[in-house]
Amino acid sequence: MVLLEVNNLQVSFHTRNGEVKAVDDVSFTVESGKITAIIGESGSGKSVVCYSLLGLIPMPPGKIEGGQALFEGKDLLQMSERQLQKIRGRDIAMIFQDPMTCLNPYMTIGEQLIEPIVFHQRISKKEARQRAVELLEEVGLRNPGSTINSYPHEFSGGMRQRVMIAMALINEPKLLIADEPTTALDVTIQAQILKLIAQLQTKRDIGVIFISHDLAVVADIADDIIVMKSGKVLEHNNRHGIFQNAQHAYTKKLLSAIPAGTKTINTELHQPLITISNLNTWFDQGKHQEPVKAVNDVSVDILKGEILGLVGESGSGKSTIGRSILRLVPITSGTINFDGTELTSLEGTGLKNMRRRMQMIFQDPYASLNPRMSVYDTLAEPLLLHAIETKASVAKGVLKLMDDVGLARNFVRKYPHEFSGGQRQRIAIARALSTRPEFIVADEPVSALDVTIQAQILDLMLDLGGEYGLTMLFVSHDLAVVKHIADRIVVLYKGEIVEQGTGRELFENPQQEYTRQLLRSIPGRGLLA
Amino acid sequence: MTNETTLNDIRAEHGTSLWKDAWTRLKKNRLALFGLAVLTVFIIVALLTPWIAPYGYETQDLNLGATPPSAQHWLGTDIFGRDLLTLIMYGGRISLAVGFVATTVALLIGVTWGAIAGYAGGKIDATMMRLVDILYALPFMIFIILLMVVFGRNLLLLFLAIGAVEWLTMARIMRSQVQSLRQQEFVEAAVSLGLGPATIIRRHIIPNALGPIIVYTTLTIPSVMLLEAFLSFLGLGVQPPQTSWGLLISYGAETMEELPWLLIFPGIALSLTLFSLNFLGDGLRDALDVRSSKD
Repeated sequence: MVLLEVNNLQVSFHTRNGEVKAVDDVSFTVESGKITAIIGESGSGKSVVCYSLLGLIPMPPGKIEGGQALFEGKDLLQMSERQLQKIRGRDIAMIFQDPMTCLNPYMTIGEQLIEPIVFHQRISKKEARQRAVELLEEVGLRNPGSTINSYPHEFSGGMRQRVMIAMALINEPKLLIADEPTTALDVTIQAQILKLIAQLQTKRDIGVIFISHDLAVVADIADDIIVMKSGKVLEHNNRHGIFQNAQHAYTKKLLSAIPAGTKTINTELHQPLITISNLNTWFDQGKHQEPVKAVNDVSVDILKGEILGLVGESGSGKSTIGRSILRLVPITSGTINFDGTELTSLEGTGLKNMRRRMQMIFQDPYASLNPRMSVYDTLAEPLLLHAIETKASVAKGVLKLMDDVGLARNFVRKYPHEFSGGQRQRIAIARALSTRPEFIVADEPVSALDVTIQAQILDLMLDLGGEYGLTMLFVSHDLAVVKHIADRIVVLYKGEIVEQGTGRELFENPQQEYTRQLLRSIPGRGLLA
Repeated sequence: MTNETTLNDIRAEHGTSLWKDAWTRLKKNRLALFGLAVLTVFIIVALLTPWIAPYGYETQDLNLGATPPSAQHWLGTDIFGRDLLTLIMYGGRISLAVGFVATTVALLIGVTWGAIAGYAGGKIDATMMRLVDILYALPFMIFIILLMVVFGRNLLLLFLAIGAVEWLTMARIMRSQVQSLRQQEFVEAAVSLGLGPATIIRRHIIPNALGPIIVYTTLTIPSVMLLEAFLSFLGLGVQPPQTSWGLLISYGAETMEELPWLLIFPGIALSLTLFSLNFLGDGLRDALDVRSSKD
């Protein structure tokens, strides 16, 4: 049964730089009992489509230029704000990417659930509480009878997302809109939430619109897939059609951007560049609490010329290991030997000289560049600091770096906010390369980027790794990415090493249950294998 | 295009720095521009006063006495027959100077203190900020009054005393800015490049913390000017025959029933300046807000 029929929807935004067509002539239908996925990169208009249906885009600058959105035969776009209010949250419910910002931190989960139940269903508080407990049970929260009195911050990200889903289900909506509901979650949790959404959809026979930037995420659950780019629908087909028989070049590009394949490794590597022995990095929690053992007794060699993948979920200590090597966090005990030099006791000039030899690429290219400094200033600073270039030759050095990372030379005077995420990450990579380091820690360098950009940046890093003769520690939560780029992989869990080996060994013959669980959680394994 | 390429050879597109961007936005805010224009005029007049003032500020005409505005004296005269326009111009010099100098003193001390405390953290931070807390706890009005009584009414001392009080809030704002900035990845990146703390504070932290500081500065100037007016009103500020807007208002208030212009015109001058500074501050806050610059 057709639940929602969108015809020729057009939405534009009037900005300082003129009119932008965010949604350009988009038509699709959503059936109850099916999951329709809308896939697109940032700026594709995938979220604007859904937000404009519910009157949730700011107007102005936004404006619905035309089209129809028939929900059970009535046009949502013609409705008054009052009429929409009745539909929002009742017939159509939404879940968002970041559950923390959608929950009131000063109210218990129970209060936040019970209030709307009482309001909408006009039942007593006691009955409402009973209803809330049932809902929490339905979304898989353990001991809902007692956790209902907890505050949002007492839950993990995955648990909060379950609570958000429970809230969305309060009024038994007919259509659920999920906007990147798993993007902020760890892969194992993501797999659980995806399963939960699919289960609920089958059990309650509702329609679901699932918005995502990642084709792989919806590979297992979507019935229909809509691929959007620059406000237009490029391809609309069922799941099988998209994955097995993609028609549009862009869809094929998205599919090929999903990292696959195992890196063929160089077996001649055996000489360690960095030897980490019994590393402990603990964070004090004040006098009366146990310290957080972010890194607990980790020993590992990083071989000269290799890319070592460090995999784990949030809280596994993977970033902390990288930061410990670079002396960005104080370590508690253990030794880190870099090519014969003990790093943990270095100070002053010795430390400064070692810093030149190892660099870092950060996750968020929006936060890792100083917004007040142009590309030129950003790149010239380290070149001059370490006397790699003189004042006279520094411009040449800057341009050479820009060439190496594929940035057009005429952008040299531009500032970070004028670049896209992928371009910014290129600047960050150029900065890391500027000191001619031997070793680079790449901390989730592609996880904030769109998938097609992700592939470009990974290729760039592989190329430059070879060209500059780099050794790399590649930190990521994404096994598929790591498998694609790393020679060897170390799996971490709660600050300790669970398993290590080459990509092939790990993927074909995992020894530990946790590794197997991680592998099972990779989205879309079945269709992509 | 060989090895000898320099920056001049490529036609680099000139980027818009965040400062330029903020200026573009400020230019669209009419009230802020009005504030800026009024202030500019006042400052220019204050600088040129000795040359453009119609009379000398000590020129009395006791026979004339207090007269309402007339062709010779546009804003009237006070009870000693002094030209009110001249007095307001000279008073503006003092009031504006107190506002700007004392705020600059506060700015320099506060920003440096806050930046060091915030960046160093730990015990240094604790010690530095406890000192700020202690100074906060002193009843500063009494502190200033005591200073004035002990050392006499000295203009320079007034600047220093007010500045010494106003830097406390500045230091707190700066410290909280720095604390959030030093968690940013670009500061970590600067550390891993091997830059020293002084360079990091100067190049990476202060430029990014300046937005709120500039806004707070424009709001500090009026409060400093009011403080001076208040002190002068109490008879602790500027000493006659030198004058300031606060002093003029204080005299005007005494005689406001018979000679209202002596209160009205200095009052307008002070209010107009305070309004302008507040409009400008408000405009700057909107223009420098990073959230709106991302749009």
